[in-house]
Amino acid sequence: MGKLTTRGKADVYDEYDARKLGEPIKPVEDKWKLVPAFLKVKGLVKQHVDSFNYFVNTEIKKIVQANEKVLSDVSPTFYLKYTNVYVGKPNVEEGFDTTKNTTPHECRLRDLNYSAPIVVDVEYTKGTQRVVKKDVTIGRMPIMLRSSHCVLTGKSEHELAKMNECPHDPGGYFIVRGQERVILIQEQLSRNRMIVEDDRKGGIQCQVTSSTHDKKSRTNIIHKNGRYFLKHNNFQDDLPIVIVFKAMGIVSDQEIAQMIGTEEEVLERFCPSLEECLKNNIYTQIQALKFLGTKLRQKRYFSASSKAKSPADEVREILATTILAHVPVKSFNFKMKATYMALMIRRVIQAQRNPKLVDDRDYYGNKRLELAGSLLALMFEDLFKRFNYELKAIADKNIPKVKAAQFDIVLHMRQDQIANGLAHAISTGNWTIKRFKMERQGVTQVLSRLSYISALGMMTRVNSQFEKSRKVSGPRSLQPSQWGMLCPSDTPEGEACGLVKNLALMTHITTEVEEGPIVRLAYNIGVEDISLLGGDEINGPQVYMVFLNGNILGVCRDYVRLVRVFRMMRRGGFISGFISIYPQHQQSCVYISSDGGRLCRPYIIVENGRPLVNQRHIDELVQGQRNFEDFLNDGLIEYLDVNEENDSYIALSEELIEPNVTTHLEIEPFTLLGVCAGLVPYPHHNQSPRNTYQCAMGKQAMGTIGYNQRNRIDTLLYNLVYPQAPMVKSRTIELTNFDKLPAGQNATVAVMSYSGYDIEDALILNKASIDRGYGRCLVYRNSKCTMKRYSNRTFDRILGPLVDADTKKPIWRHDILDIDGIASPGEMVQDRQTLVNKSMPTVTSTGSSGNPKEQVQPEYRDVPISYKGSVPSYVEKVMVSSNTEESFLIKLLLRQTRRPEIGDKFSSRHGQKGVTGLIVEQEDMPFNDLGICPDMIMNPHGFPSRMTVGKLIELLAGKAGLMEGKFHYGTAFGGSKVKDVCEELSRHGFNYQGKDFFYSGITGEPLQAYIYSGPVYYQKLKHMVQDKMHARSRGPRAVLTRQPTEGRSREGGLRLGEMERDCLIGYGASMLLVERLMVSSDAFQVDVCNICGLLAYSGWCHSCKSSASVSTINIPYACKLLFQELQSMNIVPRLTLTNYCE
Amino acid sequence: MSLEESKSKFILNEYGVANANATDYPGGFSCEEPWSHSKFQKKFRIEMVRYNKTEMEFDLIGIHAAIANAFRRILISEVPSMAIEKVKIFNNTSLIQDEVLAHRLGLIPLKADPRLFEYKAEADGEPTEQDTLEYELKIKCTWNSSAHKDATHPDDLYRNHNVYSKHIKWIPIGGQADIYKADQVGPVFEDILIDKMRPGHELDIRLLAVKGIGKDHAKFSPVATASYRLLPEITLMKDVEGELAERLQGCFSPGVIALEDNGSGKKRAKVVDARYDSCSRNVYRYDELKDSVKMARVKDHFIFSIESTGALPPDVLFVEALKVLKKKCTTFLDELREACAEK
Repeated sequence: MGKLTTRGKADVYDEYDARKLGEPIKPVEDKWKLVPAFLKVKGLVKQHVDSFNYFVNTEIKKIVQANEKVLSDVSPTFYLKYTNVYVGKPNVEEGFDTTKNTTPHECRLRDLNYSAPIVVDVEYTKGTQRVVKKDVTIGRMPIMLRSSHCVLTGKSEHELAKMNECPHDPGGYFIVRGQERVILIQEQLSRNRMIVEDDRKGGIQCQVTSSTHDKKSRTNIIHKNGRYFLKHNNFQDDLPIVIVFKAMGIVSDQEIAQMIGTEEEVLERFCPSLEECLKNNIYTQIQALKFLGTKLRQKRYFSASSKAKSPADEVREILATTILAHVPVKSFNFKMKATYMALMIRRVIQAQRNPKLVDDRDYYGNKRLELAGSLLALMFEDLFKRFNYELKAIADKNIPKVKAAQFDIVLHMRQDQIANGLAHAISTGNWTIKRFKMERQGVTQVLSRLSYISALGMMTRVNSQFEKSRKVSGPRSLQPSQWGMLCPSDTPEGEACGLVKNLALMTHITTEVEEGPIVRLAYNIGVEDISLLGGDEINGPQVYMVFLNGNILGVCRDYVRLVRVFRMMRRGGFISGFISIYPQHQQSCVYISSDGGRLCRPYIIVENGRPLVNQRHIDELVQGQRNFEDFLNDGLIEYLDVNEENDSYIALSEELIEPNVTTHLEIEPFTLLGVCAGLVPYPHHNQSPRNTYQCAMGKQAMGTIGYNQRNRIDTLLYNLVYPQAPMVKSRTIELTNFDKLPAGQNATVAVMSYSGYDIEDALILNKASIDRGYGRCLVYRNSKCTMKRYSNRTFDRILGPLVDADTKKPIWRHDILDIDGIASPGEMVQDRQTLVNKSMPTVTSTGSSGNPKEQVQPEYRDVPISYKGSVPSYVEKVMVSSNTEESFLIKLLLRQTRRPEIGDKFSSRHGQKGVTGLIVEQEDMPFNDLGICPDMIMNPHGFPSRMTVGKLIELLAGKAGLMEGKFHYGTAFGGSKVKDVCEELSRHGFNYQGKDFFYSGITGEPLQAYIYSGPVYYQKLKHMVQDKMHARSRGPRAVLTRQPTEGRSREGGLRLGEMERDCLIGYGASMLLVERLMVSSDAFQVDVCNICGLLAYSGWCHSCKSSASVSTINIPYACKLLFQELQSMNIVPRLTLTNYCE
Repeated sequence: MSLEESKSKFILNEYGVANANATDYPGGFSCEEPWSHSKFQKKFRIEMVRYNKTEMEFDLIGIHAAIANAFRRILISEVPSMAIEKVKIFNNTSLIQDEVLAHRLGLIPLKADPRLFEYKAEADGEPTEQDTLEYELKIKCTWNSSAHKDATHPDDLYRNHNVYSKHIKWIPIGGQADIYKADQVGPVFEDILIDKMRPGHELDIRLLAVKGIGKDHAKFSPVATASYRLLPEITLMKDVEGELAERLQGCFSPGVIALEDNGSGKKRAKVVDARYDSCSRNVYRYDELKDSVKMARVKDHFIFSIESTGALPPDVLFVEALKVLKKKCTTFLDELREACAEK
């Protein structure tokens, strides 16, 4: 009761409120401060970390316990038992059996895995002896950054800095082979729940996807020709449902009918099914089992165990374990399963009568999100099972052998299988679970480090399992139940639109909670066990059926009390806060969920028309006397999942609270947006697609990546030289620390037309601004090489620069090399210059004839690592280290500084992108009374059709902020009001509309219109002309076809494609066509024999053995190649030549 | 709006300038009134308003916008100044990238008088004492051994952890030492932060400053900005009294509108000085006041302001701009003459 009394104390605050009951509820000031408090406790990627922590601390133990014994077929005395399992601290192996603690950054730099050993305690028999061994490593577990096992957890900023880690880095990803990889959140239909839906033929079916630790199966109840059938993969045909009942031991028709329901309409519909059973002359369980035995799907191969069983036994086994696998069957007591099945039929019948009862697949209450932890658990269990299976195989093989040393199973435990299995799965993203026959690709992705936001955005991404190519609108469209859980703006355009989603700011994803205590509690509150009740009692009109995680728990007469008490216990902290309970009145059911993967979100509890959180609580929070956990513990705030949210009455703000109706109050409406959409100032003033565009573009903006960006050696990294925090902030920006790791600059923008170079969203830039550093960016690239050792005891080597014999200076290619043969830091590297002068032995494998004693000086071949790119780079730094194979690893970081040029892409935070159209001298730019020239001119035509009013307000608020020396807020559904901002502007002598008097920089005369001008936060996007521009005249050709190569990277030609070809044909420009398609491409002279029509060589026809009538013609080389390939397939193409003029 | 008025003033309406594109500019080439030198001489005035070492405000009255604008443009982009152009980096172990460091150094304004130097003949030519100033930035950050044990502030912990423009040392080339003193050619301000360092970081840099113009790079521009505005003119069309008068006063910059007693105890608004009005046109917000005020700007009264970066005083810069313009004119005239002669 300890916690309940604290609730009592909370009520004391409200004492005096009683008198003011009639008054309108005063909004609690700074209620939003709960959001940072929430994020402080939960963090932005807490769902990943929580899920991983649960796996590594709890679930792994359960998995090992479930598979704890390894027995051998050969020796009855042999056993191996795992008594404990735990995951250690992350380390790296240095040499033989020596390990060293490591940091994530070391792993990034040295291309290592950030992983920790999986250690078990075992008990096993060695001969006749029982041996207990502790701390046996069975594999390595990749460790999620900032999880409970990560070295970064709980460290101060200073300690993090010492480990080269950025304090704002969210963690939640893995480092495998030096690559940061995220396990994306996977969205799935919830398992073990009945879903009633339309089938393809327009009928109604009820489907359950059962999933237990080792079985996954799908069971359907379908309606066909007036009768009901059970459909399952293990059976060839659809099974008449009554026969299944009988096979389950429920043989009386009355009992079956009662279980399904005795209402007139139900019986009417179910009757034909009963009749069918009669027609088949099945009256007993044995008969039913035998009948079903004939329908079994034939197995392709027989294993030893299944052969012994009769089909009837097998059916019984399948009914018990595979069909509706999640419903437990103890010693073949099918009562529970039959009740469950009956309910499925009942639901189908009801839905047939009332189409409203058909479930919505896209409803978020029916969805579960799979996170890193549960995915890893699947993978680990599979690997662990295989590991044990192999141990068993080894034991079976070795125990019968008589050896001097007794068989010791521990010596055969190999670490690498589990370690490589996990690392490989994460590094490729291929999730292959053998026991579920599951094969999924693209589960993991490389963490995008383009900008801080792109990394954060990736951690909140939700991937759905739907096929991207299918053109369905249902799963893609915005579901009302997504409200507050998933960001309505942040989804990509194009094929993945609506399938890839992002979590909203306050969303939490549950982890599993143990069922045992909940079951006990439920029975104590008045839930009656179903096994003691008959069908009629279960389906009674006043009775509510109670479900726990999709399984029937029992029935309850007073569901209101059940729900109320359960919620009270949850608010009091007696059961986990993430257990949800809600009644479903249409189905007369109460659902309790404690499974993992549900979306939920905190709300303020409202009682008697008043929110429990009041000003005093917030004040305490601000003073640091309270944290978010306290709010939960005191029962002021609780988590609601989507289903329970549907049973609540949630007020958006205090004014909207209706006494005795409202149950909850929203904490802050802006949290319904995600991290990326939170960057947009005034998003509620924008047309909604614009916010979606910004969500995509914010991820391409360059700026800062993290405080440790200068220590990283990434393949590609973009930085802004002078990044700025935006003038117009939002709460989300502060919460995500975007203002500390910004990606953009505040440009003074004039909205006006200038020259003609600003059409189609092009921007005009001020050259002086660029000179002074606007939009200047750094592009880092890396260059990597390893020095390998080969099996013939040779190894790669690096030589110093090659010196020209005449000048005694290094040759140009080696000009930048240090004496050690690696380019020195600070040097400028030009195209084709050598970065690392590596050479490799020509023979790397042990020759079969070679004499090992004979030490021959190996021959070397130069394999220099050279720089490619028309624009030179500078060597920023060189790292020399070693990787796991203990070979040298050399990484070079190359840098380019770029100033904006015509064609570089910029974008504001409102989905308004544009390329630089013209760079104008400062004196040509318009200027205002104060002498201010804009950094950028934007054409006003960008506004009417885009309707980005938010951008206009951002400009206004930014301008007012400059005057006051403060940041304005453009938080969604709030922020500084335009009226106040205008007032501020006019107070400082500016026009209240933000329009200033400008003079033309060219003529010096005033402009006719007043110009809307002020600061707007602009992002520089990663698309730059320098990386894209490409042209070619002559150049390289492909070896096979002799046609010009394709693509910029290969200096390829520009293709005259099919459509262009069609134009030329249509125009009749045949000579041009020949010139484009042959002469300029792959013209080739061939000799053709006029007699046989085959290709001749050097004027001699090999088939006619003559040179009598060989002529030379020009054909495309590809054509010649085709002829030869056809010939190789025994098809003879013959050419008949005639004179062109004839 | 009378013809006379529209000739001499720009009328500021609520939604735009009424006659911005009028061709008849005072002193311009209108058909009625040919430009005459004597008339111009009579009308043209320069009034100095404010002057100090770095800033100057003066009025150019009775001149065509093209001329005033030419001065502005020339000041920004064609009056030469000295700036660091080449940076030879021998060692830079600090965090800042070489290119960024060079860029930052380039933007530091120098005191050197550009008039005493010549343009560099060719970009890669050998520096001479006539066209180049050489500087050196040699600094190393170290631990402060005398720091208190519990010190946490970087200022206490390290020596030289902030590199300022004062650390730039001038190295005379040839006979430059006889002509200049170090404080005549060094950075204008000594507290411009260039770089931040930590113990072990080191800079060893040679800097070469040359003469250039703002058109080439903004760092060569001798002004922070040079700009002008037209003299505002506010006329009250009718009497504004009482609360309205106060509101009217609030619509303009302080000191523009004064309230005086109209005898009956009510306040009446009066225009005192429109010069420093910011022309915010906020009067147009109020329907009651809309018609009582007329805002305009005098077409040929330019309030010119020059902010120097510090190398030369603003008045000298203006004279320099004049010289540049004059040279342009003579060049043009020469060209014309030549072209005529050829014919």
